[in-house]
Amino acid sequence: MKQLRTILWLAVASLLIGLAVILAIKPSLITPSVNSLATRFGGPFVMTKHDGTTVTEKDLAGKPYAMFFGFTHCPEICPTTLNELTQTIAQLGADADKMNFVFVSVDPERDTQELLKDYMANFDKRIMGLTGTPEQTKAIAKAYSVYYAKVGDGPDYNMNHTASIYLMNAQGQLAGTLAHQDTDKTRLAKLKRLINNK
Amino acid sequence: MKFTALSRLLAATLISLLVSTSAFSADIKAGDIHIKNLWVKTPPKGAKVAGGYVLITNTGKTSDRLIGGTFSSARKVEIHEMSMKNDIMMMSKLEKGLEIKPGQTVELKSGSFHLMIMGLNNTLNKGDSIKGILQFEKAGKVDVEYMIKDAPATSKSKHTHH
Repeated sequence: MKQLRTILWLAVASLLIGLAVILAIKPSLITPSVNSLATRFGGPFVMTKHDGTTVTEKDLAGKPYAMFFGFTHCPEICPTTLNELTQTIAQLGADADKMNFVFVSVDPERDTQELLKDYMANFDKRIMGLTGTPEQTKAIAKAYSVYYAKVGDGPDYNMNHTASIYLMNAQGQLAGTLAHQDTDKTRLAKLKRLINNK
Repeated sequence: MKFTALSRLLAATLISLLVSTSAFSADIKAGDIHIKNLWVKTPPKGAKVAGGYVLITNTGKTSDRLIGGTFSSARKVEIHEMSMKNDIMMMSKLEKGLEIKPGQTVELKSGSFHLMIMGLNNTLNKGDSIKGILQFEKAGKVDVEYMIKDAPATSKSKHTHH
């Protein structure tokens, strides 16, 4: 009886030690919110910028950036977001050069580099438009945990997609998001914080 | 002297512009269907699509449906619904159109139901007015003019939850 109790206590003790060791190695297990989100975001990608040059994750390294996904055949959210961002960039002035602004197309079929070039001319020139092959698009969406799906057939299909603007810090970690309902003031404050926290 | 004549001419031009502009956005009545404030958000240059918005009231005793439309500088118009679910922007085509019940006013607005104008073949500029048709199941085809405008500043806070 006494022996059994000793064995049980030893089992409990070893379990506790094991748990402590695991947590020491991987502290993210108890603070999952920010840490795991940050590590889940970003990754290698190769895309074509609207001016025809190639952009990879290395071109974004070292500076904070705002990244969001959309498509040019979008009547509402995408142009609104791009217009709002254009306004905020104007308000940031020279500070805007301390970060990057990236619009990623989730519609590789229709958003050719040529079309994207014309489209991006409507907005601040500091916003880069990225497009790619279907495979490249899949890779960048996966890296940023972005959902996108084609809806409907024929030339007039739609895309459902993640709407948030991700704010990434200079270390390439997710630092926050711009929500669609954020006011001009909130947007500006969030971007200033992102720039200053690098 | 010359200056006042010029400014009078300017004022007259301005007034006539204002009058003609308000004439465009006047209500349209087709049987029991009243169409009010039909407008299209100025799309970015080079865009192939645009969103159209309108207020439609059914003053009749029976239900009607908005089932489609035309827009003279675009290939086609459909009725779509935009919604946000778990941060995902979703678009869906209303295959059976949009019902307008007796006595009901339906608003097609930013972040909700809208006229999806597809295959734009011209650049739309703010201030343009474009001819087209809104088609209803019972009220039939109604000639309309779409005003091209920028979004009102207040629309911002509205297009989220319903």
